[in-house]
Amino acid sequence: MGKPKRLSHPSHPRWGEFAIESTIRVLAFSSIGFVILIFFFLVREGFPIFWETSPENLFGTRWYPTFGLFGTLPLILGSFLVTVTAILIALPLGVATAVFVREVAPNWAREILKPMIEVLAGIPSVVLGFFGMTVVAPLVREVLGAPTGLTAFTGALILAYMALPTIISVAEDALDAVPKSYRDAGLAMGATQWQTIWRVVVPAARSGIVTAVMLGLGRAIGETMAVMMVTGNAARMPLTLDSLFRPVRTMTATIAAEMGEVAQGSVHYHALFGIGIILFVITFIINAMAAVTIFKKPRRGGLR
Amino acid sequence: MEPKIRLENVSYYYGNQPALRDVTLDIPPNAITVIFGPAGGGKTTLLRLINRLNDEVEGTRMTGRVLLDGQDIYAPGVDVPRLRRRVGMVFALPLPLPGTVRENILYGPKLAGVRDRARLEEILERSLRLAALWDEVKDRLDDPASRLSGGQQQRLCIARSLALEPEVLLLDEPTSGLDPISTGKVEEALQELKHRYTIVIFPHSVQQAARVADYAAFFLMGEMVECQPGRDLFTTPRDRRTEDYITGRFG
Repeated sequence: MGKPKRLSHPSHPRWGEFAIESTIRVLAFSSIGFVILIFFFLVREGFPIFWETSPENLFGTRWYPTFGLFGTLPLILGSFLVTVTAILIALPLGVATAVFVREVAPNWAREILKPMIEVLAGIPSVVLGFFGMTVVAPLVREVLGAPTGLTAFTGALILAYMALPTIISVAEDALDAVPKSYRDAGLAMGATQWQTIWRVVVPAARSGIVTAVMLGLGRAIGETMAVMMVTGNAARMPLTLDSLFRPVRTMTATIAAEMGEVAQGSVHYHALFGIGIILFVITFIINAMAAVTIFKKPRRGGLR
Repeated sequence: MEPKIRLENVSYYYGNQPALRDVTLDIPPNAITVIFGPAGGGKTTLLRLINRLNDEVEGTRMTGRVLLDGQDIYAPGVDVPRLRRRVGMVFALPLPLPGTVRENILYGPKLAGVRDRARLEEILERSLRLAALWDEVKDRLDDPASRLSGGQQQRLCIARSLALEPEVLLLDEPTSGLDPISTGKVEEALQELKHRYTIVIFPHSVQQAARVADYAAFFLMGEMVECQPGRDLFTTPRDRRTEDYITGRFG
Protein backbone atom coordinates (compact mmCIF):
# COMPACT_ATOMS: atom_id res chain seq x y z
CA MET A 1 0.00 0.00 0.00
CA GLY A 2 1.37 3.40 -1.01
CA LYS A 3 1.65 6.35 1.24
CA PRO A 4 -1.77 8.10 1.45
CA LYS A 5 -1.84 11.45 -0.27
CA ARG A 6 -2.09 14.39 2.06
CA LEU A 7 -5.14 16.47 1.41
CA SER A 8 -4.63 19.33 3.79
CA HIS A 9 -1.47 20.92 2.40
CA PRO A 10 -0.81 21.38 -1.28
CA SER A 11 2.80 20.72 -2.27
CA HIS A 12 3.43 24.40 -3.08
CA PRO A 13 1.75 27.39 -1.42
CA ARG A 14 -0.88 29.13 -3.55
CA TRP A 15 0.07 32.75 -3.17
CA GLY A 16 -2.56 34.13 -5.52
CA GLU A 17 -5.33 32.54 -3.55
CA PHE A 18 -3.84 33.66 -0.26
CA ALA A 19 -3.62 37.26 -1.48
CA ILE A 20 -7.20 37.32 -2.68
CA GLU A 21 -8.51 35.78 0.51
CA SER A 22 -6.60 38.22 2.68
CA THR A 23 -7.76 41.22 0.67
CA ILE A 24 -11.36 40.16 0.98
CA ARG A 25 -10.92 39.56 4.69
CA VAL A 26 -9.36 43.00 5.26
CA LEU A 27 -12.14 44.70 3.29
CA ALA A 28 -14.84 42.84 5.16
CA PHE A 29 -13.38 43.61 8.56
CA SER A 30 -12.76 47.25 7.70
CA SER A 31 -16.40 47.79 6.75
CA ILE A 32 -17.41 46.34 10.09
CA GLY A 33 -14.75 48.53 11.68
CA PHE A 34 -16.13 51.65 10.04
CA VAL A 35 -19.57 50.96 11.38
CA ILE A 36 -18.15 50.55 14.87
CA LEU A 37 -16.13 53.77 14.51
CA ILE A 38 -19.18 55.69 13.34
CA PHE A 39 -21.09 54.36 16.31
CA PHE A 40 -18.35 55.42 18.75
CA PHE A 41 -18.09 58.83 17.14
CA LEU A 42 -21.83 59.26 17.44
CA VAL A 43 -21.79 58.28 21.08
CA ARG A 44 -18.75 60.44 21.89
CA GLU A 45 -20.24 63.54 20.30
CA GLY A 46 -23.79 62.98 21.44
CA PHE A 47 -23.54 61.42 24.86
CA PRO A 48 -22.46 64.55 26.77
CA ILE A 49 -25.91 66.04 26.17
CA PHE A 50 -27.35 63.54 28.61
CA TRP A 51 -25.53 65.23 31.51
CA GLU A 52 -25.20 68.72 30.07
CA THR A 53 -28.93 69.26 30.37
CA SER A 54 -31.55 67.77 32.60
CA PRO A 55 -33.71 64.89 31.35
CA GLU A 56 -36.75 67.18 31.82
CA ASN A 57 -35.25 69.61 29.36
CA LEU A 58 -34.04 66.95 26.91
CA PHE A 59 -37.38 65.18 26.76
CA GLY A 60 -39.38 68.38 27.12
CA THR A 61 -41.80 69.82 24.65
CA ARG A 62 -39.87 72.86 23.48
CA TRP A 63 -36.95 72.84 21.03
CA TYR A 64 -35.41 76.34 21.14
CA PRO A 65 -31.63 75.80 21.08
CA THR A 66 -30.89 79.53 21.22
CA PHE A 67 -32.65 79.69 24.62
CA GLY A 68 -31.03 76.50 25.86
CA LEU A 69 -34.24 74.51 25.41
CA PHE A 70 -33.52 71.12 23.88
CA GLY A 71 -36.87 69.35 24.14
CA THR A 72 -36.64 66.51 21.60
CA LEU A 73 -40.20 65.29 22.15
CA PRO A 74 -41.78 67.37 19.33
CA LEU A 75 -39.09 66.09 16.96
CA ILE A 76 -39.55 62.46 17.97
CA LEU A 77 -43.32 62.79 17.70
CA GLY A 78 -42.93 64.63 14.38
CA SER A 79 -40.86 61.79 12.94
CA PHE A 80 -43.30 59.30 14.38
CA LEU A 81 -46.35 61.07 12.94
CA VAL A 82 -44.88 61.42 9.46
CA THR A 83 -43.51 57.87 9.37
CA VAL A 84 -46.60 56.13 10.70
CA THR A 85 -48.86 58.04 8.34
CA ALA A 86 -46.52 57.19 5.47
CA ILE A 87 -46.68 53.50 6.34
CA LEU A 88 -50.48 53.62 6.66
CA ILE A 89 -50.58 54.96 3.12
CA ALA A 90 -47.81 52.76 1.70
CA LEU A 91 -48.80 49.43 3.25
CA PRO A 92 -52.14 48.84 1.52
CA LEU A 93 -50.89 50.37 -1.72
CA GLY A 94 -47.66 48.38 -1.67
CA VAL A 95 -49.21 45.04 -0.79
CA ALA A 96 -52.00 45.53 -3.31
CA THR A 97 -49.46 46.39 -6.00
CA ALA A 98 -47.33 43.38 -5.11
CA VAL A 99 -50.40 41.13 -5.29
CA PHE A 100 -51.32 42.63 -8.63
CA VAL A 101 -47.85 42.32 -10.12
CA ARG A 102 -47.31 38.77 -8.87
CA GLU A 103 -50.76 37.22 -9.00
CA VAL A 104 -52.98 39.09 -11.38
CA ALA A 105 -50.95 40.83 -14.07
CA PRO A 106 -50.18 38.81 -17.20
CA ASN A 107 -46.53 38.01 -17.88
CA TRP A 108 -45.90 40.83 -20.33
CA ALA A 109 -47.27 43.44 -17.92
CA ARG A 110 -45.13 42.04 -15.11
CA GLU A 111 -42.04 42.37 -17.29
CA ILE A 112 -42.80 46.06 -17.74
CA LEU A 113 -43.96 46.83 -14.20
CA LYS A 114 -41.11 45.23 -12.27
CA PRO A 115 -38.27 47.30 -13.78
CA MET A 116 -40.40 50.43 -13.49
CA ILE A 117 -40.88 49.81 -9.78
CA GLU A 118 -37.15 49.29 -9.37
CA VAL A 119 -36.46 52.57 -11.15
CA LEU A 120 -38.73 54.30 -8.62
CA ALA A 121 -36.35 53.19 -5.89
CA GLY A 122 -33.50 54.98 -7.64
CA ILE A 123 -35.02 58.45 -7.73
CA PRO A 124 -32.87 60.72 -5.52
CA SER A 125 -34.79 61.95 -2.52
CA VAL A 126 -34.05 65.58 -3.30
CA VAL A 127 -35.87 65.17 -6.59
CA LEU A 128 -38.86 63.76 -4.76
CA GLY A 129 -38.63 66.62 -2.29
CA PHE A 130 -38.65 69.12 -5.13
CA PHE A 131 -41.63 67.34 -6.65
CA GLY A 132 -43.30 67.48 -3.25
CA MET A 133 -42.67 71.21 -2.86
CA THR A 134 -43.80 72.23 -6.31
CA VAL A 135 -46.62 69.77 -7.01
CA VAL A 136 -47.87 67.97 -3.92
CA ALA A 137 -47.71 70.84 -1.42
CA PRO A 138 -49.81 73.29 -3.51
CA LEU A 139 -52.26 70.45 -4.12
CA VAL A 140 -52.54 69.71 -0.39
CA ARG A 141 -53.02 73.41 0.35
CA GLU A 142 -55.77 73.81 -2.23
CA VAL A 143 -57.62 70.60 -1.52
CA LEU A 144 -57.55 71.02 2.26
CA GLY A 145 -57.77 74.77 2.32
CA ALA A 146 -54.85 74.82 4.77
CA PRO A 147 -52.74 77.96 5.25
CA THR A 148 -49.70 76.09 3.97
CA GLY A 149 -49.15 72.96 1.93
CA LEU A 150 -45.95 72.13 3.80
CA THR A 151 -47.45 69.73 6.32
CA ALA A 152 -46.83 66.40 8.01
CA PHE A 153 -49.30 64.88 5.57
CA THR A 154 -47.34 66.14 2.55
CA GLY A 155 -44.21 64.62 4.02
CA ALA A 156 -46.03 61.36 4.64
CA LEU A 157 -47.20 61.24 1.02
CA ILE A 158 -43.67 61.70 -0.27
CA LEU A 159 -42.27 59.19 2.22
CA ALA A 160 -44.95 56.67 1.32
CA TYR A 161 -43.90 57.08 -2.28
CA MET A 162 -40.30 56.45 -1.31
CA ALA A 163 -41.09 53.38 0.77
CA LEU A 164 -43.32 51.86 -1.92
CA PRO A 165 -40.63 50.31 -4.14
CA THR A 166 -39.06 48.55 -1.15
CA ILE A 167 -42.39 47.27 0.10
CA ILE A 168 -43.50 46.15 -3.34
CA SER A 169 -40.29 44.30 -4.25
CA VAL A 170 -39.91 42.52 -0.93
CA ALA A 171 -43.61 41.64 -0.67
CA GLU A 172 -43.56 40.42 -4.24
CA ASP A 173 -40.61 38.13 -3.50
CA ALA A 174 -42.51 36.79 -0.50
CA LEU A 175 -45.57 36.04 -2.65
CA ASP A 176 -43.33 34.48 -5.26
CA ALA A 177 -41.90 32.12 -2.63
CA VAL A 178 -45.34 30.66 -1.87
CA PRO A 179 -45.35 27.27 -3.60
CA LYS A 180 -47.52 27.00 -6.67
CA SER A 181 -49.11 23.94 -5.13
CA TYR A 182 -50.80 26.18 -2.52
CA ARG A 183 -52.51 28.06 -5.31
CA ASP A 184 -53.54 24.83 -7.00
CA ALA A 185 -54.90 23.49 -3.73
CA GLY A 186 -56.93 26.66 -3.17
CA LEU A 187 -58.29 26.69 -6.71
CA ALA A 188 -59.01 22.96 -6.65
CA MET A 189 -61.21 23.57 -3.62
CA GLY A 190 -63.41 25.80 -5.67
CA ALA A 191 -61.96 29.06 -4.42
CA THR A 192 -62.00 31.91 -6.89
CA GLN A 193 -58.68 33.43 -7.86
CA TRP A 194 -59.43 36.29 -5.49
CA GLN A 195 -60.24 33.99 -2.55
CA THR A 196 -57.12 31.95 -3.24
CA ILE A 197 -54.97 35.07 -3.14
CA TRP A 198 -56.43 36.51 0.07
CA ARG A 199 -57.14 33.33 1.99
CA VAL A 200 -54.20 31.13 0.96
CA VAL A 201 -51.35 32.97 -0.74
CA VAL A 202 -51.19 36.20 1.27
CA PRO A 203 -51.46 34.44 4.67
CA ALA A 204 -48.73 32.03 3.59
CA ALA A 205 -46.50 35.00 2.67
CA ARG A 206 -47.33 36.92 5.82
CA SER A 207 -43.90 36.94 7.42
CA GLY A 208 -42.34 38.22 4.20
CA ILE A 209 -44.92 40.96 3.95
CA VAL A 210 -44.23 42.04 7.54
CA THR A 211 -40.54 42.20 6.66
CA ALA A 212 -41.35 44.32 3.61
CA VAL A 213 -43.21 46.80 5.78
CA MET A 214 -40.40 46.89 8.34
CA LEU A 215 -37.81 47.62 5.67
CA GLY A 216 -40.04 50.29 4.18
CA LEU A 217 -40.47 51.77 7.64
CA GLY A 218 -36.71 51.74 8.19
CA ARG A 219 -36.23 53.60 4.96
CA ALA A 220 -38.93 56.13 5.75
CA ILE A 221 -37.85 57.06 9.28
CA GLY A 222 -34.26 57.78 8.27
CA GLU A 223 -35.17 59.88 5.26
CA THR A 224 -34.03 63.49 5.54
CA MET A 225 -33.95 65.60 2.45
CA ALA A 226 -37.42 65.08 1.00
CA VAL A 227 -38.98 65.41 4.44
CA MET A 228 -37.11 68.59 5.25
CA MET A 229 -38.30 70.12 1.99
CA VAL A 230 -42.00 69.46 2.42
CA THR A 231 -42.94 69.26 6.11
CA GLY A 232 -42.60 72.94 6.98
CA ASN A 233 -40.12 72.34 9.83
CA ALA A 234 -41.98 73.91 12.73
CA ALA A 235 -40.93 72.18 15.94
CA ARG A 236 -44.34 72.08 17.52
CA MET A 237 -45.97 69.28 19.47
CA PRO A 238 -48.24 67.32 17.10
CA LEU A 239 -50.84 66.49 19.71
CA THR A 240 -54.16 67.39 18.16
CA LEU A 241 -55.79 65.51 15.31
CA ASP A 242 -55.28 68.34 12.85
CA SER A 243 -51.53 68.25 13.46
CA LEU A 244 -51.32 65.97 10.47
CA PHE A 245 -52.23 68.92 8.30
CA ARG A 246 -49.90 71.38 10.04
CA PRO A 247 -46.16 71.79 9.66
CA VAL A 248 -44.02 69.48 11.80
CA ARG A 249 -40.33 68.91 12.17
CA THR A 250 -38.63 65.53 12.18
CA MET A 251 -35.43 64.42 13.91
CA THR A 252 -33.55 64.00 10.66
CA ALA A 253 -34.59 67.39 9.32
CA THR A 254 -33.46 69.06 12.55
CA ILE A 255 -29.99 67.57 12.34
CA ALA A 256 -29.63 68.42 8.67
CA ALA A 257 -30.89 71.98 9.04
CA GLU A 258 -28.95 72.99 12.14
CA MET A 259 -25.70 71.06 11.90
CA GLY A 260 -24.18 73.56 9.50
CA GLU A 261 -24.54 76.52 11.83
CA VAL A 262 -23.74 75.05 15.17
CA ALA A 263 -20.49 75.67 17.07
CA GLN A 264 -18.52 72.45 17.40
CA GLY A 265 -18.48 71.17 20.97
CA SER A 266 -21.35 73.35 22.13
CA VAL A 267 -24.36 72.04 23.99
CA HIS A 268 -26.46 72.51 20.87
CA TYR A 269 -23.91 70.46 18.91
CA HIS A 270 -24.10 67.66 21.44
CA ALA A 271 -27.88 67.86 21.37
CA LEU A 272 -27.95 67.28 17.61
CA PHE A 273 -25.77 64.21 18.03
CA GLY A 274 -28.03 63.17 20.87
CA ILE A 275 -30.93 63.18 18.40
CA GLY A 276 -28.73 61.07 16.15
CA ILE A 277 -28.33 58.52 18.95
CA ILE A 278 -32.08 58.40 19.54
CA LEU A 279 -32.67 57.93 15.82
CA PHE A 280 -30.01 55.25 15.68
CA VAL A 281 -31.62 53.35 18.51
CA ILE A 282 -35.07 53.55 16.90
CA THR A 283 -33.81 52.42 13.48
CA PHE A 284 -31.79 49.67 15.12
CA ILE A 285 -34.87 48.36 16.89
CA ILE A 286 -36.90 48.41 13.67
CA ASN A 287 -34.18 46.63 11.70
CA ALA A 288 -33.69 44.09 14.46
CA MET A 289 -37.41 43.39 14.43
CA ALA A 290 -37.30 42.96 10.65
CA ALA A 291 -34.32 40.64 10.96
CA VAL A 292 -36.09 38.58 13.59
CA THR A 293 -39.11 38.12 11.33
CA ILE A 294 -36.84 37.16 8.44
CA PHE A 295 -34.73 34.65 10.28
CA LYS A 296 -37.37 33.23 12.53
CA LYS A 297 -37.95 29.68 11.36
CA PRO A 298 -41.58 29.42 10.41
CA ARG A 299 -43.38 27.17 12.84
CA ARG A 300 -43.92 24.08 10.79
CA GLY A 301 -47.36 24.16 9.35
CA GLY A 302 -48.91 26.60 11.78
CA LEU A 303 -50.03 29.89 10.36
CA ARG A 304 -46.85 31.72 9.58
CA MET B 1 -74.40 3.26 -18.59
CA GLU B 2 -73.99 6.98 -19.14
CA PRO B 3 -70.40 8.02 -18.53
CA LYS B 4 -69.84 10.54 -15.75
CA ILE B 5 -67.05 12.18 -17.68
CA ARG B 6 -66.47 11.93 -21.39
CA LEU B 7 -63.44 13.21 -23.25
CA GLU B 8 -64.00 13.67 -26.96
CA ASN B 9 -60.96 13.98 -29.22
CA VAL B 10 -59.08 16.03 -26.67
CA SER B 11 -55.68 17.32 -27.72
CA TYR B 12 -53.64 19.66 -25.60
CA TYR B 13 -50.49 21.61 -26.27
CA TYR B 14 -47.99 23.49 -24.14
CA GLY B 15 -46.78 25.94 -26.76
CA ASN B 16 -46.15 23.61 -29.68
CA GLN B 17 -45.43 20.61 -27.46
CA PRO B 18 -48.36 18.20 -27.54
CA ALA B 19 -49.23 16.74 -24.13
CA LEU B 20 -52.37 14.89 -25.18
CA ARG B 21 -53.13 13.63 -28.67
CA ASP B 22 -56.71 13.07 -29.68
CA VAL B 23 -57.82 11.33 -26.50
CA THR B 24 -61.33 9.91 -26.37
CA LEU B 25 -62.26 8.32 -23.07
CA ASP B 26 -65.40 7.55 -21.08
CA ILE B 27 -65.18 7.51 -17.30
CA PRO B 28 -68.05 5.58 -15.75
CA PRO B 29 -69.73 6.73 -12.52
CA ASN B 30 -69.30 5.04 -9.13
CA ALA B 31 -66.16 3.22 -10.09
CA ILE B 32 -62.43 3.64 -9.86
CA THR B 33 -60.87 4.44 -13.19
CA VAL B 34 -57.11 4.07 -13.20
CA ILE B 35 -55.03 6.04 -15.64
CA PHE B 36 -51.50 4.76 -15.84
CA GLY B 37 -48.41 4.77 -17.98
CA PRO B 38 -44.86 6.07 -17.94
CA ALA B 39 -44.08 9.61 -16.87
CA GLY B 40 -44.64 12.30 -19.45
CA GLY B 41 -47.65 10.49 -20.86
CA GLY B 42 -49.99 13.41 -20.31
CA LYS B 43 -51.72 11.99 -17.25
CA THR B 44 -51.41 15.04 -15.02
CA THR B 45 -52.50 17.28 -17.87
CA LEU B 46 -55.56 15.11 -18.33
CA LEU B 47 -56.58 15.43 -14.67
CA ARG B 48 -56.00 19.16 -14.65
CA LEU B 49 -58.24 19.50 -17.68
CA ILE B 50 -61.16 17.80 -15.97
CA ASN B 51 -61.36 20.47 -13.26
CA ARG B 52 -59.97 23.25 -15.44
CA LEU B 53 -56.97 23.81 -13.21
CA ASN B 54 -54.92 24.33 -16.36
CA ASP B 55 -56.84 27.51 -17.11
CA GLU B 56 -54.17 29.34 -15.14
CA VAL B 57 -51.29 28.10 -17.27
CA GLU B 58 -50.31 30.50 -19.99
CA GLY B 59 -49.45 29.53 -23.55
CA THR B 60 -51.55 26.39 -23.80
CA ARG B 61 -54.07 25.29 -26.36
CA MET B 62 -56.79 22.69 -26.28
CA THR B 63 -59.05 21.12 -28.88
CA GLY B 64 -61.89 18.68 -28.37
CA ARG B 65 -64.50 18.58 -25.64
CA VAL B 66 -64.69 17.51 -22.00
CA LEU B 67 -68.17 16.61 -20.84
CA LEU B 68 -69.36 16.22 -17.27
CA ASP B 69 -72.81 14.62 -17.12
CA GLY B 70 -73.11 15.41 -20.79
CA GLN B 71 -72.33 19.10 -20.40
CA ASP B 72 -69.30 20.75 -21.96
CA ILE B 73 -67.24 22.14 -19.06
CA TYR B 74 -65.34 24.41 -21.43
CA ALA B 75 -68.50 26.00 -22.78
CA PRO B 76 -68.71 29.75 -22.23
CA GLY B 77 -70.52 30.76 -19.04
CA VAL B 78 -69.42 27.78 -16.98
CA ASP B 79 -68.94 28.71 -13.32
CA VAL B 80 -65.40 27.41 -12.84
CA PRO B 81 -65.24 27.52 -9.02
CA ARG B 82 -68.52 25.59 -8.89
CA LEU B 83 -67.15 23.07 -11.37
CA ARG B 84 -64.09 22.61 -9.16
CA ARG B 85 -66.31 21.97 -6.17
CA ARG B 86 -68.04 19.22 -8.12
CA VAL B 87 -64.72 17.78 -9.27
CA GLY B 88 -62.42 17.47 -6.27
CA MET B 89 -58.71 16.94 -6.66
CA VAL B 90 -56.01 15.43 -4.45
CA PHE B 91 -52.40 16.10 -5.32
CA ALA B 92 -49.36 13.86 -5.38
CA LEU B 93 -47.73 15.46 -2.38
CA PRO B 94 -49.84 15.76 0.73
CA LEU B 95 -50.34 19.46 0.95
CA PRO B 96 -51.90 20.65 4.15
CA LEU B 97 -52.58 24.34 4.03
CA PRO B 98 -51.26 26.40 6.93
CA GLY B 99 -53.55 25.93 9.90
CA THR B 100 -55.17 23.22 11.95
CA VAL B 101 -56.81 19.98 10.88
CA ARG B 102 -60.21 21.58 11.37
CA GLU B 103 -59.30 24.68 9.35
CA ASN B 104 -58.01 22.53 6.52
CA ILE B 105 -61.21 20.55 6.20
CA LEU B 106 -63.56 23.49 6.62
CA TYR B 107 -61.67 25.84 4.37
CA GLY B 108 -63.58 24.78 1.25
CA PRO B 109 -67.08 24.70 2.77
CA LYS B 110 -66.51 28.13 4.33
CA LEU B 111 -65.46 29.52 0.96
CA ALA B 112 -68.58 27.98 -0.50
CA GLY B 113 -70.59 29.99 2.01
CA VAL B 114 -71.46 27.45 4.72
CA ARG B 115 -71.70 29.39 8.02
CA ASP B 116 -73.82 27.22 10.29
CA ARG B 117 -71.66 25.85 13.15
CA ALA B 118 -73.50 22.55 13.56
CA ARG B 119 -73.44 21.97 9.81
CA LEU B 120 -69.69 22.62 9.69
CA GLU B 121 -69.06 20.17 12.54
CA GLU B 122 -71.12 17.61 10.70
CA ILE B 123 -69.11 18.13 7.49
CA LEU B 124 -65.89 17.87 9.47
CA GLU B 125 -66.74 14.54 11.01
CA ARG B 126 -68.32 13.08 7.90
CA SER B 127 -65.37 13.94 5.62
CA LEU B 128 -62.81 12.64 8.07
CA ARG B 129 -64.76 9.41 8.53
CA LEU B 130 -65.07 8.92 4.77
CA ALA B 131 -61.32 9.34 4.41
CA ALA B 132 -60.79 6.79 7.22
CA LEU B 133 -59.02 9.36 9.33
CA TRP B 134 -61.57 10.29 11.98
CA ASP B 135 -60.49 7.79 14.62
CA GLU B 136 -56.88 8.91 14.35
CA VAL B 137 -57.43 12.64 14.54
CA LYS B 138 -60.67 13.16 16.44
CA ASP B 139 -58.73 14.33 19.49
CA ARG B 140 -56.29 16.45 17.48
CA LEU B 141 -58.65 18.56 15.41
CA ASP B 142 -57.03 21.76 16.59
CA ASP B 143 -53.44 20.65 16.06
CA PRO B 144 -51.52 22.06 13.10
CA ALA B 145 -52.21 19.84 10.12
CA SER B 146 -48.50 19.54 9.46
CA ARG B 147 -48.03 17.53 12.66
CA LEU B 148 -49.91 14.61 11.17
CA SER B 149 -47.91 11.81 9.58
CA GLY B 150 -47.51 11.71 5.80
CA GLY B 151 -50.23 9.10 5.38
CA GLN B 152 -52.56 11.05 7.62
CA GLN B 153 -51.83 14.25 5.73
CA GLN B 154 -52.73 12.60 2.45
CA ARG B 155 -55.99 11.30 3.86
CA LEU B 156 -56.56 14.79 5.28
CA CYS B 157 -56.25 16.14 1.75
CA ILE B 158 -58.75 13.55 0.55
CA ALA B 159 -61.07 14.55 3.38
CA ARG B 160 -60.60 18.18 2.44
CA SER B 161 -61.80 17.43 -1.07
CA LEU B 162 -64.68 15.35 0.26
CA ALA B 163 -65.80 18.18 2.51
CA LEU B 164 -67.05 19.94 -0.60
CA GLU B 165 -69.25 16.94 -1.40
CA PRO B 166 -67.88 16.55 -4.90
CA GLU B 167 -69.26 14.14 -7.47
CA VAL B 168 -65.89 13.26 -8.91
CA LEU B 169 -62.60 12.77 -7.10
CA LEU B 170 -59.37 13.11 -9.04
CA LEU B 171 -56.30 11.67 -7.34
CA ASP B 172 -52.82 12.33 -8.68
CA GLU B 173 -50.59 9.57 -7.29
CA PRO B 174 -52.14 9.92 -3.86
CA THR B 175 -49.84 7.35 -2.29
CA SER B 176 -46.53 8.22 -3.94
CA GLY B 177 -44.92 9.42 -0.72
CA LEU B 178 -46.48 6.86 1.60
CA ASP B 179 -45.33 3.63 3.19
CA PRO B 180 -47.19 0.39 2.39
CA ILE B 181 -49.39 0.53 5.50
CA SER B 182 -50.57 4.07 4.84
CA THR B 183 -50.99 3.17 1.19
CA GLY B 184 -53.21 0.28 2.22
CA LYS B 185 -55.34 2.61 4.32
CA VAL B 186 -55.77 5.10 1.49
CA GLU B 187 -56.68 2.31 -0.92
CA GLU B 188 -59.22 0.90 1.54
CA ALA B 189 -60.75 4.34 1.88
CA LEU B 190 -61.02 4.56 -1.90
CA GLN B 191 -62.85 1.25 -2.10
CA GLU B 192 -65.45 2.66 0.28
CA LEU B 193 -65.64 5.98 -1.52
CA LYS B 194 -66.28 4.58 -4.95
CA HIS B 195 -69.82 3.68 -3.98
CA ARG B 196 -70.60 7.34 -3.65
CA TYR B 197 -68.20 9.03 -6.03
CA THR B 198 -66.64 8.72 -9.43
CA ILE B 199 -62.94 8.26 -8.86
CA VAL B 200 -60.11 8.85 -11.29
CA ILE B 201 -56.70 7.92 -10.00
CA PHE B 202 -53.10 7.74 -11.17
CA PRO B 203 -51.55 4.88 -9.30
CA HIS B 204 -47.91 5.12 -8.39
CA SER B 205 -47.21 1.62 -9.61
CA VAL B 206 -48.66 -0.96 -11.96
CA GLN B 207 -49.33 -3.19 -8.95
CA GLN B 208 -51.47 -0.51 -7.38
CA ALA B 209 -53.23 0.01 -10.70
CA ALA B 210 -54.11 -3.66 -10.82
CA ARG B 211 -55.26 -3.64 -7.18
CA VAL B 212 -57.70 -0.77 -7.34
CA ALA B 213 -58.85 -0.56 -10.97
CA ASP B 214 -62.43 -1.13 -11.99
CA TYR B 215 -61.46 0.38 -15.31
CA ALA B 216 -57.98 1.08 -16.55
CA ALA B 217 -56.63 3.27 -19.31
CA PHE B 218 -53.04 3.05 -20.48
CA PHE B 219 -51.40 6.28 -21.65
CA LEU B 220 -48.18 6.53 -23.60
CA MET B 221 -46.68 9.80 -24.82
CA GLY B 222 -49.94 11.69 -24.76
CA GLU B 223 -51.87 8.95 -26.49
CA MET B 224 -54.43 6.65 -24.97
CA VAL B 225 -53.34 3.21 -26.01
CA GLU B 226 -56.31 1.29 -24.65
CA CYS B 227 -59.04 1.34 -22.06
CA GLN B 228 -60.75 -1.74 -20.63
CA PRO B 229 -62.25 -3.00 -17.41
CA GLY B 230 -59.26 -3.45 -15.09
CA ARG B 231 -59.64 -7.21 -14.80
CA ASP B 232 -59.33 -7.59 -18.58
CA LEU B 233 -56.62 -5.04 -19.18
CA PHE B 234 -54.23 -6.52 -16.69
CA THR B 235 -54.81 -10.12 -17.80
CA THR B 236 -55.38 -9.84 -21.53
CA PRO B 237 -54.18 -6.48 -22.84
CA ARG B 238 -55.13 -5.89 -26.44
CA ASP B 239 -52.16 -3.79 -27.35
CA ARG B 240 -48.59 -4.98 -27.45
CA ARG B 241 -47.32 -1.76 -25.81
CA THR B 242 -49.64 -2.21 -22.85
CA GLU B 243 -48.48 -5.75 -22.38
CA ASP B 244 -44.82 -4.69 -22.52
CA TYR B 245 -45.44 -2.06 -19.90
CA ILE B 246 -47.39 -4.10 -17.40
CA THR B 247 -45.06 -7.05 -17.67
CA GLY B 248 -42.20 -4.69 -16.91
CA ARG B 249 -40.45 -4.77 -20.27
CA PHE B 250 -40.14 -1.01 -20.25
CA GLY B 251 -41.13 1.97 -18.15
